[in-house]
Amino acid sequence: MFYLIIAATVLLLIVFGLLVRAQVLIDIFTKSSESRGGLSNKINGLMFPLFFVFGLAGFIYLTVSSRKDYLPDSASIHGVITDHLFWVTMGVITVVFIATHVLLFFFPYVYQYKEGNKALFYPVNHRLEFIWTVIPAIVLSLLVFTGWKAWSDITKAAPKDAVVVELVGKQFNWLVRYPGLDKELGKHNYRKIDELNSVGIDFADKNSFDDFMAGEVHIPVNKPVLFKIRARDVLHSVFAPHFRVKMDAVPGMPTHFWFVPTITSSEMKAKLGKPDFTYEIACTEVCGSGHFGMRMRLVVDDEDEFDAWIKSQQSFLAKNPDYLKKVPDNLKKLAEQSIEDNLKSSKTTALSELQEKLITKAF
Amino acid sequence: MESLDLQPARSVDTHGHGHDHHDDHDHEEGTFLTKYIFSQDHKVIAKQFLISGIFWAIIGGTLSSIFRIQLGFPGTDLSFLKPILGGWIEDGKLNPEFYLAMVTMHGTIMVFFVLTAGLSGTFSNFLIPLQIGARDMASGFLNMLSYWFFFASSVIMLWSLFIETGPASGGWVIYPPLSALPQAAPGSGTGMTMWLFAMALFIVSSLLGSINYVSTVINMRTKGMTFTRLPLTIWAFFFTAIIGILSFPVLLSAALLLMFDRSMGTSFYLSEIYINGEALPNMGGSPILFQHLFWFLGHPEVYIVLLPALGITSEVIAVNSRKPIFGYKAMIGSIMAITLLSFIVWAHHMFVTGMNPFLGSIFMFLTLIIAIPSAVKAFNYITTLWRGNLVFTPGMLFSIGLVSFFISGGLTGVALGNSAIDIQLHDTYFVVAHFHLVMGSASFFGMVAGVYHWFPKMFGRMMNEKLGYIHFWMTFIGVYCVFFPLHYTGIAGFPRRYYSFTSYDAFKSFGDLNAFVSVAAFVTFVAQFIFIFNFFYSIFRGRRAPMNPWRANTLEWTTPIHPGHGNWVGEIPHVYRWPYDYSKPGADEDFIMQTIPFAQTSSSNLEGEVDLVEETTSVKSHA
Repeated sequence: MFYLIIAATVLLLIVFGLLVRAQVLIDIFTKSSESRGGLSNKINGLMFPLFFVFGLAGFIYLTVSSRKDYLPDSASIHGVITDHLFWVTMGVITVVFIATHVLLFFFPYVYQYKEGNKALFYPVNHRLEFIWTVIPAIVLSLLVFTGWKAWSDITKAAPKDAVVVELVGKQFNWLVRYPGLDKELGKHNYRKIDELNSVGIDFADKNSFDDFMAGEVHIPVNKPVLFKIRARDVLHSVFAPHFRVKMDAVPGMPTHFWFVPTITSSEMKAKLGKPDFTYEIACTEVCGSGHFGMRMRLVVDDEDEFDAWIKSQQSFLAKNPDYLKKVPDNLKKLAEQSIEDNLKSSKTTALSELQEKLITKAF
Repeated sequence: MESLDLQPARSVDTHGHGHDHHDDHDHEEGTFLTKYIFSQDHKVIAKQFLISGIFWAIIGGTLSSIFRIQLGFPGTDLSFLKPILGGWIEDGKLNPEFYLAMVTMHGTIMVFFVLTAGLSGTFSNFLIPLQIGARDMASGFLNMLSYWFFFASSVIMLWSLFIETGPASGGWVIYPPLSALPQAAPGSGTGMTMWLFAMALFIVSSLLGSINYVSTVINMRTKGMTFTRLPLTIWAFFFTAIIGILSFPVLLSAALLLMFDRSMGTSFYLSEIYINGEALPNMGGSPILFQHLFWFLGHPEVYIVLLPALGITSEVIAVNSRKPIFGYKAMIGSIMAITLLSFIVWAHHMFVTGMNPFLGSIFMFLTLIIAIPSAVKAFNYITTLWRGNLVFTPGMLFSIGLVSFFISGGLTGVALGNSAIDIQLHDTYFVVAHFHLVMGSASFFGMVAGVYHWFPKMFGRMMNEKLGYIHFWMTFIGVYCVFFPLHYTGIAGFPRRYYSFTSYDAFKSFGDLNAFVSVAAFVTFVAQFIFIFNFFYSIFRGRRAPMNPWRANTLEWTTPIHPGHGNWVGEIPHVYRWPYDYSKPGADEDFIMQTIPFAQTSSSNLEGEVDLVEETTSVKSHA
């Protein structure tokens, strides 16, 4: 098999070589390569405008036919703004793209070599150069200025009442921690990480007692949400495409991104007509062989659903009472109380949810 | 500009003559070893770089073809690749770790070994002495060392492809901690060590080359070759070398610190890491520091590969339009502006890395400023074509192709440079499409244009034009078919360096488009073998080249068809005019070579040039 491929390649090369040799001889015989304005020159000159026409047709076809597939609907407030900026920018650059290419691809056809013609000796025109330095400068300044404004708004400090979610990247999945009812995340320390305590919650901090871990991200609609982002091992990057959210997760340097989601999961399902639609978080900083598999589901709830969901979650301590050992003696009481409260609330909400479901089913 | 004008070229006379004698001697009696292997002749070194570059381009292209199979046709049975990839194919499937390794090596090879060494190494070496009128580089010995450091670097990098744990796999940017911790990925073990050593040698090679280029251009121009009479190729190589000298050492320092972190327990880039069930002791380091250091080279590197290509294009377009390049001084000005700005835009690669957003705003402003000199260059190329008398040699076709890629890839940079828009586009296929057009394909086209254009000078024979046309059209259409569609997947948010997209709802679409892109990539890659065939075939069997096949003005076309070591037989010609006197009104021919004094062209001299007639006569008498 291997030798066959080699033999075939050699044969192909010989045939190709002979063909080229024959073509060269024909060229010499017809003297076609001696004149600069021969048939080849005409064909090449014509190919450019042809390429332009077919290329433009392909461009338009692709843009129209795959419309539904690119840039998914934005589901956050700033996303609508950056999308708008993006499409304005794309509009401007498409105009420039087409205009310059009309010139670039039609000039070769119009000004192709003709025996006896002489090119125009035209080395400089300061006014022209001035114009095409200043116009791009003005257009770019406008684009930069609007971009800068949007960027400053997006990156300003998160509102105090923002719902906090901690996302921790590790090879190869995301870990999610919520602050619980006190809305304060407990401290963390990477040396306290173990099998169960995967984000290194520090139980010496009383704010950590009602923190809970979640298997998927839940956030409320129309409320500011603050992602506090960390990484455990290597760089990762939180990417929530529908919300136009992206921020690297850096070991040793916490980062954050805040935004306001505007469309709940169920609204999006209805809007797209896809009953199994779900928002997702992906990783966009290469982190090893499982990089492509760091998918995390994200659910946008309405306010009631979100509150109910928060209440139904069991805190880490309630789930893993062994970790009470790590709580300092003076706070033990508080921790036990917190577990008790949590168990009560999570059970009742779970119960009431069950009742609700039964009722809706009955109807 | 004016101050540069006033400085006459330093006398090459005594220097040149000394060389002359010695070199002729060399040329006659050199053994095979000193003539072709450890040669100090800039022309031979250029060919060594070129052929090494072609070799690396084949490897880099093969890697991309293999991972395009995975991306275009996920789930295909890849068992047929077992003879090449061996254990990296498991049950007919490509190993995801090796997928990343291939992506990493494709990037490293293409950026450094093909487009830096293969492009600058070839054309700076070949053209600087020939076009400024010098016998050789300032130091032939350092020049030879430059190639052999590159060779050593190549051997290590190539070797790393074959080791058991695979080559480096953290992306060509090798961000720590992934690249610092062998336990994070198999490729971060021996593969990464070899990558770092290879790159350290590469940087030494690049510095030796660049220092030589700069000193040669400054000191060894022939009589009359003032700075404003330099062809734009030389201006581009000159500034490229300056960028290299200033930025590559920073990469070396970044690599050095990474080596310390890897093997000496330092914490420059490492902090608070828990991996494989173990909390590492490193505290206080910052992965962001590495990114700053890396991109301080990484961004100028874009211009290190692009500027030479733009320089080559300026020359080829002017020659084949039979027109002076439009706005010669504006072209020099924009090269200078790009050089300067290239050092202060690096952090636009880091808008969403957690860097202070205020810095992001600053870098957004600086980044979009760099679009202005780039726009000037594009407009100047188009205006040069306007009312020309265009001859479509393969070199000319590739140059026009370059301008097209430069525009279409550069324009999307306006979107990416805007930090608010970049939030969504960062690390998606939009970025991949952008830089493959503006930096990858444009520079590659510049390199190929240069090969077609200067092949007659390199080997004394012509390349086959018809094959060149086929090569151009297949590649030009192919490149657009590969990279244009990727913008759409990028806008849809598809992240780069993904082995597969199937597990996500958001990235389920575009399966057909990805298959189309892959097919286009295979066809484009295969088309390159037409070029490789043409190249090697023409070295031996191409038609014999005349002395000045393109009827160009520059000095290299005054050398013998097979120039020996020392380039000119007898005295080095004097230069009397700029290199772009094409189709000058009143002249008999449509070109006037730089060596023709104004005294001989009284019918075509322009107003300001009447004074120069005297200068030329005085130079003559002096000589």
